Amino acid sequence: MDKQVSEAMNARNRTNIKVPIYLDYQATTPMDQRVLDRMLPYFIEKFGNPHSRSHAYGWEAEEAVETARAEVAAIIGADPREVIFTSGATESNNLAIKGVAHFFKDRKNHVVTVSTEHKCVLDSCRHLEQEGFAVTYLPVGTNGLIDLDVLKAAITDQTSIVSVMAVNNEIGVIQPIAEIGAICRERGVFFHTDAAQAVGKIPLDVEAMKIDLMSISGHKIYGPKGVGALFVRRRKPRVRLEALFNGGGQERGMRSGTLPTPLCVGIGAACAIAKAEMPTEAERIRRLGDRLLTGIRAELPEVFLNGDVERRIPGNLNLSFAYVEGESLLMGIKDIAVSSGSACTSASLEPSYVLRAIGVGEELAHTSIRFGIGRFTTESEIDFAVKTIREHVARLRSMSPLWEMAQEGIDIKSIKWNEH
Amino acid sequence: MAYSGKVVDHYENPRNVGALDKGDDNVGTGLVGAPACGDVMKLQIKVGVDGLIEDAKFKTFGCGSAIASSSLVTEWIKGKTLDEAAAIKNTQIAEELALPPVKIHCSVLAEDAIKAAIADYKKKNNA
Ligand SMILES: Cc1ncc(COP(=O)(O)O)c(C=O)c1O
Repeated sequence: MDKQVSEAMNARNRTNIKVPIYLDYQATTPMDQRVLDRMLPYFIEKFGNPHSRSHAYGWEAEEAVETARAEVAAIIGADPREVIFTSGATESNNLAIKGVAHFFKDRKNHVVTVSTEHKCVLDSCRHLEQEGFAVTYLPVGTNGLIDLDVLKAAITDQTSIVSVMAVNNEIGVIQPIAEIGAICRERGVFFHTDAAQAVGKIPLDVEAMKIDLMSISGHKIYGPKGVGALFVRRRKPRVRLEALFNGGGQERGMRSGTLPTPLCVGIGAACAIAKAEMPTEAERIRRLGDRLLTGIRAELPEVFLNGDVERRIPGNLNLSFAYVEGESLLMGIKDIAVSSGSACTSASLEPSYVLRAIGVGEELAHTSIRFGIGRFTTESEIDFAVKTIREHVARLRSMSPLWEMAQEGIDIKSIKWNEH
Repeated sequence: MAYSGKVVDHYENPRNVGALDKGDDNVGTGLVGAPACGDVMKLQIKVGVDGLIEDAKFKTFGCGSAIASSSLVTEWIKGKTLDEAAAIKNTQIAEELALPPVKIHCSVLAEDAIKAAIADYKKKNNA
């Protein structure tokens, strides 16, 4: 049945393209049909409270939750007892960073993170600063990666936790996680990584990489929204943290609240599928990413890939189209669902802080679009996207005064602009 | 972001895109905005012997509202005297295109572009 469904879907995708084409897999992913199939029984039939100990309803729910916990643990090389379910990576990040900082506050008052982290990490750190903690925000190079020597120099005997994301959500670069893990272990500080964009895309092993805490999100890996997980190391070294909320003491006291059985089953199923299919899926997405980039560049000059060319996941391509403003391009390519690198669409008119941090000039940052390729992207969708992008970039360039100046050999930086 | 029908129309079918000869004394060129702010407009006018604007062209780097604002004003200023064109207010542009508050700056830029083109023409002609 599963197979029939997915074959039918693939056949439909091959023949007729549904617009807008979804190329925003970093924002969220559709659920995999196989994930939903596993979740469904746990809404009505097997609705028990997994914490009920006195009857079969509770036991079957508990069993499902524990199977899911083992599936989540397996994809990162952890022990199931080290996995805590949360509402998503936002909560996992809050719990990891604030939880550890608060637990050790009498002895240590310093946290290290990176300027290009997800907003929920940065905001948790800002909150800690308001409470009196010191936070170091590591810079990144133009490739988006941190400098390990700068990290070493930032760690002090006051540092309780270092938080560095595995894969960046905006530009897709992969931080040197194993190297960071080794440094943190040697210096005796906990290492947390936000792996929301990394799980299922790159191999992760909490032992080999010496990771102490790791955040995972359900809806980035073809699982449901509203569920996530936090890996919390139990031994060598044992991580201690203060819970965010008070309650029944579920999840080893770190996260009170009745577990949402269907959602836990969903993130577990998503991890199991991702683990089994990662090698073939990664290769397929790499080919699609190459096809997109080569296709676009075959006809359009001055298209820049933001972030390291090599150390990246292939399914995230953040491109700057020089001389074309991002929002106007989005308006033109409305048959493709993508995100703009400039936050113009969110009314702030500010280019993204990640692009700024990697030194993309403001004029180029305004021209950036993130293309996210995923499990259900097809070759014909990529070809359609390439054609659409070529057309609209060419049209907008033909009406761009900056493009005209560039063609006339005028250096745009030599002009005295009236910044407003 | 939802755009008004008029913005979409100007974006999809921009009026008077192009360039006039900068070297021509009858042509005034205005270049306003800044790449770093995400919008730059170039507006050109050609003034006839009768003192009326006989042609107008634009090129714009900016969002759909910026493109629409500049496209719209090229339509409006054709056939007008320089004083009439200079009297166009950004509020009229914003109202015509139903621009939301965050896009008002696009209409301001279009008004500035008209003024800059007129100033350039007057400078060339010592008027
Ligand atoms: C890197 C990263 N961290 C955290 C999150 C937040 O995840 P969630 O939506 O599960 O709270 C996201 C998704 O927006 C993300 O991309």
